[in-house]
Amino acid sequence: MSEATLEISLTVNGEQVTKTVPVRQHLVDFLRNELGFTGSHLGCEHGVCGACSVRVDDAVVRGCLMLAVQADGAKVETVEGLNETGEIADLQKNFVERNAMQCGYCTPGMLITAAELLREPKPVSREEIREHLSGNFCRCTGYHAIVDAVETTINTRLEEG
Amino acid sequence: MKAPKFNYIRAESRQQALELLDQLGEDGRILAGGQSLMPTLNMRLSQPGTLIDINKVTDLSGITLEDGIVRIGAMTRHVEVANSPIIAENLPLIAEAMQHVAHHAVRNRGTIGGSIALADPAAEMPACVLALGATLVVESINGRREIAAEDYFKGLYETARAANELLVEILIPAEKSDNVSVFLELAQRHGDFAMAGLACVARVSNKTFEELRLVYFGSEDRPTLGAGAIAAVVGQTWSAECKEAAANALADDLDPMTNLQGSAAMKLHLQKVLTGRALDAAIERAEAV
Ligand SMILES: Cc1cc2nc3c(=O)[nH]c(=O)nc-3n(C[C@H](O)[C@H](O)[C@H](O)COP(=O)(O)OP(=O)(O)OC[C@H]3O[C@@H](n4cnc5c(N)ncnc54)[C@H](O)[C@@H]3O)c2cc1C
Ligand code: FES
Ligand code: FES
Repeated sequence: MSEATLEISLTVNGEQVTKTVPVRQHLVDFLRNELGFTGSHLGCEHGVCGACSVRVDDAVVRGCLMLAVQADGAKVETVEGLNETGEIADLQKNFVERNAMQCGYCTPGMLITAAELLREPKPVSREEIREHLSGNFCRCTGYHAIVDAVETTINTRLEEG
Repeated sequence: MKAPKFNYIRAESRQQALELLDQLGEDGRILAGGQSLMPTLNMRLSQPGTLIDINKVTDLSGITLEDGIVRIGAMTRHVEVANSPIIAENLPLIAEAMQHVAHHAVRNRGTIGGSIALADPAAEMPACVLALGATLVVESINGRREIAAEDYFKGLYETARAANELLVEILIPAEKSDNVSVFLELAQRHGDFAMAGLACVARVSNKTFEELRLVYFGSEDRPTLGAGAIAAVVGQTWSAECKEAAANALADDLDPMTNLQGSAAMKLHLQKVLTGRALDAAIERAEAV
């Protein structure tokens, strides 16, 4: 079978992009290999680890379980985009302060998933933070520091209103 | 790994999806949320010729309540079911079960129709629709067909839906106000597929189960009614003896599969433990009303 392709137009981190892509290309491969947004990582490639998490039309999804052609017309954001806008600057700072990463492989996925909890911050328990992050594996930190960093960020945002 | 080569067609309407399904036969595969299909493609466990993407077919999603029946479109995503006030109010069993369905990011894409079309033995929604006596509605170019949940699940990933049929909606009678329901499962990590679990719907009065449905999943090849356990409990005043009788009866109701999630013996044990917990919880909830 020859490689089927399709032209897609979407915005990625605020920029309009039009490209012809193989229909079987995953969104995360498109972002990494075609556009150079290598912040989204590939771990398991079957939906289990969460390293590939990206935002599509304001919802966090697995970049390895969505085809690039399915993002036609969508608004896509990667960790680079979140970094650029400053949306998660406090979370990033708390990750550094709390040493919530070691190898850093899981970090973009953790940040982008945790960012959902920060949008309309409301009091959450550590248990709820763990549940929210349950789809993201970290093989280094033991999670404690990650939960700490997220918790601190939420609490600070709540205090500062 | 990367998915194998395939053709991809984005269906613009339900009719187009049905026509494509009919023309392509076994070679065509519906792409709903992709949260189960894409992993099997990435691991090259399946190799369909053409994916028929139904994500842009707008009239396949949504939740409504009409004459005591909750209608859920097949393309309704898990996150929408989890956040729906109609579900919370009329189908507390589904609301409770949804907390166990996958992880945040997977729920943002995965659909209830995909879950029921796939019929993974460890999935929550198939057990719920069987426990609640739902009707599954499928459609082909030849017309629409309603299948009772009892007749729908045929075996491991096997259902009564024909290859040219699209699952279009799920009809679930609203839970009666004098009923209680309980959903329990055990998984290795929150949001992972269950090792063992059950959906329980009951009418309780004076600590006695007057009506009861217990549907087991995770351990069996398909959602399975625990007929013996139900018979051991209905009409009896709930007691420690009753709990034991239900657990003992389960050995004949279930035929657990050994897999990576655990041995048959362990799963039977877990289902017994969950049965006791679920029935205790049902009594407690009935008294709290
Ligand atoms: C890490 C991870 C954890 C998960 N944990 C759970 C869990 O705990 N519980 C759980 O239930 N699920 C779990 N899932 C699976 C998830 O819920 C899937 O979304 C769901 O099982 C399938 O729905 P989908 O919309 O993604 O379907 P798809 O993956 O798109 O399709 C699945 C199959 O159904 C067919 N299909 C889909 N929709 C239709 C339709 N309307 N008509 C006919 N055929 C159709 C497809 O052709 C395909 O064969 C998990 C997934 C991942 C990646
Ligand atoms: S790479 Fe996508 S979930 Fe692991
Ligand atoms: S820091 Fe290494 S995987 Fe999380």
